[in-house]
Amino acid sequence: MNYKVGIPQGLLFYEYYPLWKEFFSELGVEVLLSTKTNKKILDSGVSNCVDDACLPVKVFHGHVIDLKDKVDFLFVPKIISVKKREFECPKILGLPEMVSNTIKDLPPIIDPEINLWKSEKNISDSITELGKVFNVNKSKTKKAYKKACNKYYDVRRHLNSHVIPIDAIKIYNKLLKNTNFKKKDRLNILLLGHPYNIYDEYISMNIIEKMVKQDINLITSDMVDTKKINYYSKKIPKRMFWTAGRRLIGSAYSLLEEEKVNGIIYVSSFGCGLDSILIDLVQRKASLKNIPFTLLTIDEHTGEAGINTRIEAFIDMMKWRLNDENNISTHG
Amino acid sequence: MKITFPHMGNVYIAGKGMLEDLGREVVLPPPCSKKTLEIGTKYSPESICLPLKINIGNYIESIERGADTILLTGSCGPCRYGFYSVIEKNILKELGYNVDFIVFDPPEGKPSNLINSFKKAAGTDNVIKIFKGFYKGKKIIEKADNLTKLSNIKRAHAIYPEKVDNIMNDFYKDIEDVHGSSEIISFINYTNKRINSVKEKKQSEYMKVGIVGEIYTIIEPFVNLEIEKKLGHFGIEVEKSLTPSKWLSHHLGLGNIGISEERKKWKAAKPYLRTLVGGHGRETVGSAILYAKEDYDGVIQILPFNCMPEIVAESILPTVQKDYNIPILTLVVDEMTGEAGYLTRLEAFVDLLKKRREEKKNGELLLRG
Repeated sequence: MNYKVGIPQGLLFYEYYPLWKEFFSELGVEVLLSTKTNKKILDSGVSNCVDDACLPVKVFHGHVIDLKDKVDFLFVPKIISVKKREFECPKILGLPEMVSNTIKDLPPIIDPEINLWKSEKNISDSITELGKVFNVNKSKTKKAYKKACNKYYDVRRHLNSHVIPIDAIKIYNKLLKNTNFKKKDRLNILLLGHPYNIYDEYISMNIIEKMVKQDINLITSDMVDTKKINYYSKKIPKRMFWTAGRRLIGSAYSLLEEEKVNGIIYVSSFGCGLDSILIDLVQRKASLKNIPFTLLTIDEHTGEAGINTRIEAFIDMMKWRLNDENNISTHG
Repeated sequence: MKITFPHMGNVYIAGKGMLEDLGREVVLPPPCSKKTLEIGTKYSPESICLPLKINIGNYIESIERGADTILLTGSCGPCRYGFYSVIEKNILKELGYNVDFIVFDPPEGKPSNLINSFKKAAGTDNVIKIFKGFYKGKKIIEKADNLTKLSNIKRAHAIYPEKVDNIMNDFYKDIEDVHGSSEIISFINYTNKRINSVKEKKQSEYMKVGIVGEIYTIIEPFVNLEIEKKLGHFGIEVEKSLTPSKWLSHHLGLGNIGISEERKKWKAAKPYLRTLVGGHGRETVGSAILYAKEDYDGVIQILPFNCMPEIVAESILPTVQKDYNIPILTLVVDEMTGEAGYLTRLEAFVDLLKKRREEKKNGELLLRG
């Protein structure tokens, strides 16, 4: 029998979708994505989730509702840790439970526990467990995972050639042929934020497209070399124990230290626990290096016009800074 | 060196006794107040959780009293508490306060750092002396927690609950001037006796409410707006799922051999939440279930606004409420919490619990008749 597995387009989807998709196809399982985030999904998510949760978690609930009647299984992995001695956000740790306890009439949830905190070898157990759901034997599952991993690394490789990650996923989906490559004499602006905030075109209000239109070189933390990220994330006084935190801090610090960036825009969802720490660390470093920093906080009430104004004002300010700062008339 | 540390319920009593035994000078922050919170809110990042804001307030008030060294425990995720020390250092440095931080981070395979911090805080290299001090500190915290527990039950039983309040107020007022562990312990014993002598109502059954949630908000009375006192005056026995002594016994060994209370909570929570979610999210779910099994009348969850692990627990608790048929109230506290609204919600909850008790009783009578 051919199973249909639903993957909600939210949270860690933006990082691991190619991996999940390839893996399921190798297993001979059909994958169905939820619709892209839209007003309906946002609204159903907001009304079916605890009030205190953050926007991306609410949106994720909306995606689950969008999918639940269309598929045989829902794929909501319990991702605790993807790297030794690092964690994901607590809400991602408890995501399958949050979903299953708040939304009724769900199809069975596939929620393999992925916990590499102690050892990165633990992944093979989770993979085998996953194969069992679809009656696929151990060796075949492992082979499928290996193949999927290789494909996934291929996608990630695009990122180092200055392709914006969401475009890399689009390339992967063969939706996009031409890509923007880095140009000289343009502002380099770092767009910081969790992938599920900045790459979700609806909740980030298309911020990437808006910025690219302004003739700048857009950098996101996925486009910074992993080695540099690991090196610079160690510059803070305490070991960073969040994977997302390491990426954001490492990329921001590396670009700031190497003076490769003219400004930083941080997109954060209201109430993000990780961001409350990370913003503080990045902002302090940026002001130390005299680099402009702005914070855009988004939630379900954010108006697009306000965000537009702030992005435009910020980029204008930096363009003036680049062109005119040293041309101040001595006559005042 | 004048040592201070942030407030968290009774912890300061033990910390003070322990450090004074080791011959250190301790500067206690004034009890948490609106002023503490105001100072903290002013200088902390806007979206950080409440405990950090209060910590900052405590530090600044202590520094004004002359403290120059701050003791703080740490953690390594996934809750943001692990980064408190980093952010707090930055804030105080920016404000121009020149203070030393001694952070007790979990060893993570390198116990030497932790041992050095202990040595630095204790001001001695003599490990036996430190160990002795620690042992006494543990004894004090256990005694102090038992005292709080006793007062929480006694308040419900007393004819005049205000008498219990007065005794506890005296205790907290005078404890600052009592020095050294042995004197502190005898003062706790004395207060214990005073509370026991308060006259009780002639009533055999009392309603019971269990408090679950984020450890700091449960333990620090200023932050939870003295919920135990409020419930006590309604004639309700209050039991807290987390106390400093429980925390200590879990982290100092019992947790590792698997017989601590936390393990029981994890086991109870397993059908609802099978892994850790950081902080005490799993314990919150587990405690709520254990309270339900012990026939408590209701459960109250308290969390600081935006607490990540507790939000996960909050979304699971409605299922527990339904499965075990026990009312659960969630209270979120932050610097904007107003006491009147908080009290109204508590009153409504207590009314509900009373009604349920009556109905249960009437139901039994009907069946008998």
